[in-house]
Amino acid sequence: MSQNETHVLPLKIYLLIFAVLLVMTGVTVQVAYVDLGFMNTVVALGIACFKASLVVLYFMHLRYSSSLPKLFWVAGLLWLAMLITFAMSDYLTRQWIEQPQGWARNRGISIEQVAKQ
Amino acid sequence: MSALTGEDAPPQAPRQHYLNVTYGVRSWLLTLDHKRIGLLYLASITVFFLLGGMFAVMIRAELVTPAGDLLQAETYNKMFTMHGLVMVFFFLIPSIPAALGNFLIPLMIGARDLAFPRLNLLSWYVFIVGGLFTLFAVVQGGVDTGWTFYTPYSSTYSNSAVAATAVGVFITGFSSVLTGLNFIVTIHKMRAPGLTWFRLPLFVWAHYATSLIMVLGTPVLTAAVVLVALEHLLGIGIFDPKLGGDPVLFQHLFWFYSHPAVYIMILPSMGVVSEVISCFSRKRIFGYKVIAFSSLAIAVLGFLVWGHHMFVSGQSVYAGMIFSFLSFFVAIPSAIKVFNWTATLYKGSISYDTPMMYAMGFIGLFTIGGLTGLFLASLAVDVHVHDTYFVVAHFHYIMVGGALMGYMAAIHFWWPKISGRMYPEGWGRFSALVIFIGFNLTFFPQFILGYLGMPRRYHAYPDEFQVLNVMSTAGATILGVGYLIPLIYLIWSMRYGPRAGSNPWKAKGLEWETTSPPPTENFLTTPLVTEEAYAYAAPDVEEQEGARVG
Amino acid sequence: MSARPGAVAHQFDDARQQREAAELGMWTFLLTELMLFGGFFVGYTAYRHAYPEAFIEGSSHLDVLMGGINTGVLIMSSLTMALAVREAQLGRRKGIIINLILTIVFGGVFLGIKAVEYSHKIHEHLVPGPNFVLDSPISNNVQLFFSFYFAMTGTHAFHMIIGIGLMIWLIFKARSGAFNGEYYAPVEMVGLYWHFVDIVWIFLYPLLYLLGRH
Repeated sequence: MSQNETHVLPLKIYLLIFAVLLVMTGVTVQVAYVDLGFMNTVVALGIACFKASLVVLYFMHLRYSSSLPKLFWVAGLLWLAMLITFAMSDYLTRQWIEQPQGWARNRGISIEQVAKQ
Repeated sequence: MSALTGEDAPPQAPRQHYLNVTYGVRSWLLTLDHKRIGLLYLASITVFFLLGGMFAVMIRAELVTPAGDLLQAETYNKMFTMHGLVMVFFFLIPSIPAALGNFLIPLMIGARDLAFPRLNLLSWYVFIVGGLFTLFAVVQGGVDTGWTFYTPYSSTYSNSAVAATAVGVFITGFSSVLTGLNFIVTIHKMRAPGLTWFRLPLFVWAHYATSLIMVLGTPVLTAAVVLVALEHLLGIGIFDPKLGGDPVLFQHLFWFYSHPAVYIMILPSMGVVSEVISCFSRKRIFGYKVIAFSSLAIAVLGFLVWGHHMFVSGQSVYAGMIFSFLSFFVAIPSAIKVFNWTATLYKGSISYDTPMMYAMGFIGLFTIGGLTGLFLASLAVDVHVHDTYFVVAHFHYIMVGGALMGYMAAIHFWWPKISGRMYPEGWGRFSALVIFIGFNLTFFPQFILGYLGMPRRYHAYPDEFQVLNVMSTAGATILGVGYLIPLIYLIWSMRYGPRAGSNPWKAKGLEWETTSPPPTENFLTTPLVTEEAYAYAAPDVEEQEGARVG
Repeated sequence: MSARPGAVAHQFDDARQQREAAELGMWTFLLTELMLFGGFFVGYTAYRHAYPEAFIEGSSHLDVLMGGINTGVLIMSSLTMALAVREAQLGRRKGIIINLILTIVFGGVFLGIKAVEYSHKIHEHLVPGPNFVLDSPISNNVQLFFSFYFAMTGTHAFHMIIGIGLMIWLIFKARSGAFNGEYYAPVEMVGLYWHFVDIVWIFLYPLLYLLGRH
């Protein structure tokens, strides 16, 4: 029974994915040396996401599996996004109003130095 | 009245069942049977419950008098820390899921076992190892950081056995993850033919939601504990402001797990209450689908509100506003459940057996606990009552009044299935009443104390708080007695209780269709499900049927 | 483990149910792994946001070339792992073993290069803790960068070591003829795990080595 379901991908696909992954690694290294401002981060993470998707979809066969693993994977990414978004909602807005805090505004300066100022 | 009264012949136990199929210590310690593993959990969490209770006794005894005379401040810190740690990580979180969920989920879905029996046994051993580490920490002199391990108490300024305790919690986390993973796969893949999602008992839905939290939340706690361990051992400043670190980051990671962990405790209890209310009202549960989805909604929303523990921590006010706003949303699915249970009771043929008394207690106490939670979720109010006894009272109404009441209801409801014997009903009702009274006497005064401004976690307090504190301690004594009574009569009933028969409550659900105690394989033939979980007929029809079938 | 290859454990109705349960269990496990690394990523993001200069300075002490070679090596190992699963699907015992050995070799090369990098950092006193020395006005915050560097790459390497252990176990099982075209779930599950570890590195490399290079 299980044989009917298993999806044996042709060797070609694996080699192709492998080649794309290597090329994208080269690209991401090259791009890192070009100054794109904040876009550097976006590009680097974009390429990483692309590579990760290839691995998940083809090497891990998610593309060919039933809907449940797909749903689980999406849920996992959603939860990760929730964790990062809501934690960063704190860090990104902390400086919006003046608060009595010794952190983050005094980059690289110790508490003692702050006290002296 | 008790369903046992009847003109039928006394029920017989099956000749062979999971308890007598093999004997000896080995047959228990190496068992792969989910029912036996459930009982292993039941025994171990009972030990932890008694241990945690002893710490509570010390706390309440100290607080009888305003002066810090019984315990020193440091000892008192250790007492409340160990009380919280043991009760949260080693009793409440595994209580209903790992003990009763383990026992019941395969029975309820008509499976022979969980999907991964070996993992199940492993998770118990992991739990025990984690527990031993924590006990080791107690022997080492205890921990005084509070169960939350806040940095810098747990890192820069730690002066107690933080490392051993943290390792204990870290290890126990794996046990929780394995249990959750096992439940998710089992509920997805092992349901009996005909048992569609919307025919599942709500107990199973609740455990599915609980498992999601265990699987998605616990690893973040693991990461947080790893970072604290690095900080603790090397002093590298991950959470040390002197070196640029942010102690609040720890709180983010910690509460990302630990707030949803509250729902790990309460959701299974809600599942129990749904079963019990429906059974003892002899009525179909009202709004089945809504209750099922509200469990999932609580699980998801529970992950979005963790910042309400950090309103006064130095977290951004804007983030606080978002977290406060979202916290109110959790009230919606919780209220939906309470209203649906009430609607189920309406015009039901209600009998006040012991499980039902606990379930009714749950509804009242959970409502109080939930509503006071809304006070605390309001930014401005929280600034005033933060770290006072108001908070202590609130979460005890949820964790003890809610989660523990549900646990007691579950133990009594399924005890006949677990042991094959009935407990003395009169004692059951009496102790339920004692627990309810003792609980309220213990914790209601604490709302007032907190509102008056008594801070938590101090071993001494001003004289004017004494009356309320004495009331609280008196209530705690009654509560303690209330918990000891069931412990005694349940153990007694294992040997001397009357035989229960396979369905003493005339309840619906697959677990009642097999014998009590069930055979190792749960069912002699795989059951075929043709109706929903709560197909209670109208009361008069039920009686005739009951007389006929027995 | 079951004596007969592909034997169905007693709690399952048939091989298909067993296989689907194993697959779903593995994906669920990977979710927990995702959230574990997620915890570290949150810390990393928060501190990178707070101390961008320090994180760039920290990055500049890492070796882009070694990290890049390691990325390539890990992708190679992912390919051979995928091929091992493919051989298993086709029921070729020898192919499974060869590909698993190749995967272990590549994994070993990765860990070797990582060990060289670590030893350089130890030599340069860049390991966070009492011995951390860096002549910089923001050395405290650079130390934070290295804390995350070691926490994340260390956790990653730990996962790889476990993966290699699992593959050695698989090789022994494959040699004894435990797998056939019908039953190869363990190979598939270890494969999923290994690919996930690869994905983590795909993110770690740009985040730790590359950002702020220009």
